[in-house]
Amino acid sequence: MKRQIPLVLVLIFGLFMVIQYFIPHESSEWIYEYLLDWITIIGVFALVLGIWSLFKVNYDKISQRKPDRGYSLVLLISLFATMFFGFFAKVDGSWGLHFSTADGLQSYMYRHAYEYIIRPIQSTIFSLLAFFIASAAYRAFRARNVLASLLLAAALIVMLRFNPYLGPLGDYISEAANWLLNVPNLAAKRAIVIGIGLGMVATALKVILGIERSYMGKG
Amino acid sequence: MQQLTLSVFQPGVLISLAVIGVGLALLLRWTLQGREVDRRVIFAFIFVSVATPVLFPITFEVKATPIAKALFEKIESLPEGTKVMISYDFDPAMAPEVLPMANAVVRHCFQKNHKLVFIAIWATGQSLLNQTLQQVVAVEFPEKQQGIDWCNLGYKAGNEGVMNVIVTNLKKMFPTDVNSTPLEQIEILEGIQSCRDFALIVSLGGGQPGPKEWILYVGDPGNVPIGAGTAAVSAPQLYAYYPKQLIGLLGGVKGAAEYEFELMQKYERFKSVDAPGIRMMGPQTLAHVVIIAFIMLGNVAYLRTRRKKGGAA
Repeated sequence: MKRQIPLVLVLIFGLFMVIQYFIPHESSEWIYEYLLDWITIIGVFALVLGIWSLFKVNYDKISQRKPDRGYSLVLLISLFATMFFGFFAKVDGSWGLHFSTADGLQSYMYRHAYEYIIRPIQSTIFSLLAFFIASAAYRAFRARNVLASLLLAAALIVMLRFNPYLGPLGDYISEAANWLLNVPNLAAKRAIVIGIGLGMVATALKVILGIERSYMGKG
Repeated sequence: MQQLTLSVFQPGVLISLAVIGVGLALLLRWTLQGREVDRRVIFAFIFVSVATPVLFPITFEVKATPIAKALFEKIESLPEGTKVMISYDFDPAMAPEVLPMANAVVRHCFQKNHKLVFIAIWATGQSLLNQTLQQVVAVEFPEKQQGIDWCNLGYKAGNEGVMNVIVTNLKKMFPTDVNSTPLEQIEILEGIQSCRDFALIVSLGGGQPGPKEWILYVGDPGNVPIGAGTAAVSAPQLYAYYPKQLIGLLGGVKGAAEYEFELMQKYERFKSVDAPGIRMMGPQTLAHVVIIAFIMLGNVAYLRTRRKKGGAA
């Protein structure tokens, strides 16, 4: 029973989700929306579980005095401080619960944590990519064989299409780059997308029919 | 027709080319002598190539590509008062590329007197949306009133789940706007039941969920035109959906610059506003020149080594 009930539930809901897509009726849409509410509720539980897991892993690291426990301490302090300022805010001189309200979103600490911590950190990490791409391009983009040479030529043409220093030659490069993007790139991309789609259908069918059962864990 | 033009006789161009040219010539000499270029030297070059045009700005003329122009023309062709939804699905990492195009699209929509409904599917999008509201809407369009000309529904957690619901029922996911005003009391949302009631949805973002998910969960099932602005790294993935499922696409800084330039060409008032997309084309273009030069240097070094090995054999 422990294994059969989940399998039956997956079969019923899996088949329903497939069939409802082709039934444009109010009742079908109502059930579909009702099921989506369940996804949100389950998602909230998963979030709580995720926070608990994150807390436990890092708390254990600190309590067992493992190396790099300083990072865990910073993580836990940041986690709870952000949570606190997400729920509570000082409005009109007094602290109160302002979760997801206009006052809460505009509160000094919540806004400044975003503006002066999250924002510079994310921007810095993303901008470092330019340095690593340049270094990686120098070492990896080499004409070792025919295929590598083709890739190299395509990359150079697409990069040069943005370049105004080429003068009249830019027109031809731009045309060649557009052809590369619209013909070979599009053909390969569409093939990949269709391939992924078919793979997803096959996997979904395996799950619905109970052939693929790894989501239930061991036992 | 060339998409980018610039006059070479600008201090920024001449200084950048001189600094980078001399440096690269020295590196070519090193390479020919058989010395590998250290990665710190590459980092230094990228720093100089990005910093020089920031200190000595370079001005460009950018011509829009058909895929970017398609989005511009779509917004241009909508009748006055059309309701458009704009979704902020990005984070600060993508903001330098995506925020300029978001601001340009908002400017264009308000210039055409369209009604805008803002939402965010990413938690980080909400604050970036506030930035547009404070720096663009409040400053350049003070006459536009919240609730009548635009409304901010804020962020909703649930990723694709949110899209799946709002394609049939907007109120279910967004019962109130960001100020806790019930949707029924917001004038702009009169007659709006779901995403299907919008003439256009513009998704701005480059991750998941982003423009691709808007196409899959809202555009296709709801038969709503979707336009997109995305980070350069995500743009090639979205080409596959253009032109039927995606009416237009702005890709990276170049896409933002193209849209800003179209806006300036069409409307005189935007010639004096800040155009970060066009401004950032200078550092980006020069960084590309340096990367291309390093790829070539790498290949010179590789061919030299191969010839040496061949000769030894």
